[in-house]
Amino acid sequence: MKRIFRSSETYLLLVIVAFSAVIACINPNFLTLENGFDLLKSYSFMGIMAAGVLVVLISGGMDMSFAAVATVAEYVMALVATRLGGNILSSFLIASAIGAALGLVNAVLVYRFRIPTVIATIATMNVFYGVLIMVTGGKWIYTLPDWFRSFAGINVLSLDGPNGSTYGLSIVTVVWIAVIILSSFILRHTVVGRGVYAMGGCGSDRGPVERAGFDVRGIHLFIYAYMGFLAGVAGVVQALLVQTVAPNSIVGKELSVIAAVILGGASIAGGTGSVAGTVLGVALIAIMNNGLTLMRIPSYWYDVLVGGVIIISVVINALQARRKHRKVIEIERSKA
Amino acid sequence: MRVSKSFSGVQVLKDVEFDVRDGEIHCLAGENGSGKSTLVKIISGVYQPDPGGRIELRGAPVRRNSSIGAIHRGIQVIYQDLSLFPTISVAENIAIGQMIAEGDRLVGAGAIRTLAKRATDRIGVSLPLDERLGNLSMADQQLVAICRAFMGEVKLLIMDEPTTALTRKEVDSLFGVVKDLQRSGTATLFISHKLDEVFDIAERVTILRDGVKVGTYDPAELDDDKLSFLMTGKSLTFEPVSPVSPGSAPLLRAEGLSKPGNFADVSFRLDRGEVLGITGLLGSGRTELALALFGLNPAEEGRIEIEGRPAKLRSVRSAMGCGIAYVPENRLVQGLVLHQSVAKNFLLTVLRSLRTRFGLIDSRRQAAEVGRWMGELKVKAPSFDAPIETLSGGNQQRVVLAKWIATGPKILILDGPTVGIDIAAKSEIYSTIRRLAAGGMGIIIISDEVNELMRTCNRIIVMRRGRFMEEFSGSGMTAEAVARAVAGESEAIA
Repeated sequence: MKRIFRSSETYLLLVIVAFSAVIACINPNFLTLENGFDLLKSYSFMGIMAAGVLVVLISGGMDMSFAAVATVAEYVMALVATRLGGNILSSFLIASAIGAALGLVNAVLVYRFRIPTVIATIATMNVFYGVLIMVTGGKWIYTLPDWFRSFAGINVLSLDGPNGSTYGLSIVTVVWIAVIILSSFILRHTVVGRGVYAMGGCGSDRGPVERAGFDVRGIHLFIYAYMGFLAGVAGVVQALLVQTVAPNSIVGKELSVIAAVILGGASIAGGTGSVAGTVLGVALIAIMNNGLTLMRIPSYWYDVLVGGVIIISVVINALQARRKHRKVIEIERSKA
Repeated sequence: MRVSKSFSGVQVLKDVEFDVRDGEIHCLAGENGSGKSTLVKIISGVYQPDPGGRIELRGAPVRRNSSIGAIHRGIQVIYQDLSLFPTISVAENIAIGQMIAEGDRLVGAGAIRTLAKRATDRIGVSLPLDERLGNLSMADQQLVAICRAFMGEVKLLIMDEPTTALTRKEVDSLFGVVKDLQRSGTATLFISHKLDEVFDIAERVTILRDGVKVGTYDPAELDDDKLSFLMTGKSLTFEPVSPVSPGSAPLLRAEGLSKPGNFADVSFRLDRGEVLGITGLLGSGRTELALALFGLNPAEEGRIEIEGRPAKLRSVRSAMGCGIAYVPENRLVQGLVLHQSVAKNFLLTVLRSLRTRFGLIDSRRQAAEVGRWMGELKVKAPSFDAPIETLSGGNQQRVVLAKWIATGPKILILDGPTVGIDIAAKSEIYSTIRRLAAGGMGIIIISDEVNELMRTCNRIIVMRRGRFMEEFSGSGMTAEAVARAVAGESEAIA
């Protein structure tokens, strides 16, 4: 019980409930099943990448390149699908393999050459993105195969809307749910996953992790390859959602994904964070964005709001940490 | 065992013959650089002995020495930094090494708890297994490290400086655990340079100096002086410090300083040339008081006068303006920029005084200043451009001292001035302190080590639970009396 009140997930959930209540009062459309399923669909893309970013942040690292990785994976996947054909499974395989391979490049830079993660991934972000633009000339891909188009329309659970339209739980959301389950299993129940937490808790010092017998190289390879793998999956999801592929459609979204993960309680310093928190973080971002639209508030307020919420949540975390550290002495009542 | 070891031509251990008996508590003592760590690393399989050396375990020679081999032979080392993971649970910290060693890929919360519970039961301690490790006290973390070491069969437990971060009471309970382990047949090898602890627990003491074994002794035949003589090769004697006759105008006078949750109703005076010791347990408010005097944790009530004038110490700048300097307890965190050079670290406090009239830094004066102070305090560094993290603890502490003394303070506050440094370096710091006091500076030393205060202070004040409880000086100032005053109240509470 005490544990529940102490966790940041609980607070986040309360904030989400409060926000939802306010929005629902102003526009009752917000609290409809249709709007809910729609949000779950359109935020799958962010949610999938957030799971990868979470793993990187827990390890004490930072990845700035995942949006570029997602773009490259998406573009190559789309090229193959339009030129050579295939099916949805092959598309996912191609994109996630490319993503994982590019992630391994980051892993090598970070592990082998000990380049700070932010710097290594900013560099690879520029390289990946630059090469993509150079090779493709920045051309958009508009016509994706029919099988690709129809897969995006699948609803696992269909409901009839009041005015004859149908809505339901999209297959895209199912992909996100699968990612959530996979990530939380890896982080909680595998030695590699616990190694990620252990590594993040020790800062830049690898000594303790090595001495405990962890395979530090393997953990690094896993972290960045997994981030890349999820970026690849997210790339396909993005293509499914938008049905066109543009080399510049994803780049620039890094910061809002990282913001969602940090809102979800992960620490930049590493060592803490959970999949549940990250899902809530994405949910909060989604609800704020959607709610402002439904309340007819100009969209630039969204950025201000996200920034404000991040500052507040980080300050609260810092204050809590400080309270724990402060040594309070019980002062002797009178001189004995 | 009988081993030698050299690294790139430098002989670190010379033909050291060393043995630990079954179920024995053995202490390995020596100054920094005496070869203690190297010897331990040979025992634990991290290093190989030079050809000709041999290691035997219960009479059987050890051929290929390796870390994992040593673990399988029942030798476990607890390093000084504990090598624990602060953000995961206590249970995981205890169990994870074992799971890795067994080649598991998946971990179950249940299995981890069972393993951890078994380890804590075996040691006979109770720990909050589901708590994040980082929330535990240093003493409990030490216990976690011991539990982790005891996941497998342990014949010899090696603890590298296990007590540096612990208070006296915590040390006692740690020793209790070690004695329990002894009853179950585990031998413990302590590495320590805290002398009183060595006497408390060890059955035999082996002393190393400059890579040579000086001898193995029964603690009963050693005393403080003899032990430090054996460790340093020098005899360190000291005479008790007599009180300063109070001058007419005190350098600093504090009246009724209070801050809720920190300290209450604290009044004292400090004269020119006087060294005042403030001691007490961790949490007695001693560090909080020191920070208050330096403007980092300002008192909410009370008055401070410096040289008869009321002083407002609301910030570090105002405290420095009043001529107060503060050398923090944890020099690594609070006093130094570790990656930067010795010279840059030293210059931080005096940069302002080195400005030319155009407001730029005079680099020739800068170099001269660095050279002068490093010489004054006998800092040993390969070069003043070397990053300060490459220096030994004693030398780092001297740089911190130099950096503050160079500001020419009237009042110097030293918090734990010799934590983690060896005897010879300590005694040099003591003589520096005495020399500064003789020059007219008023010095306040905050320390756990009563012996340290006995050697440097004219007067000692004992704090308990935020208040000044007793004051000692002159003939009434004995180590026993001070130690009793420090512990007095805490026994009643416990």
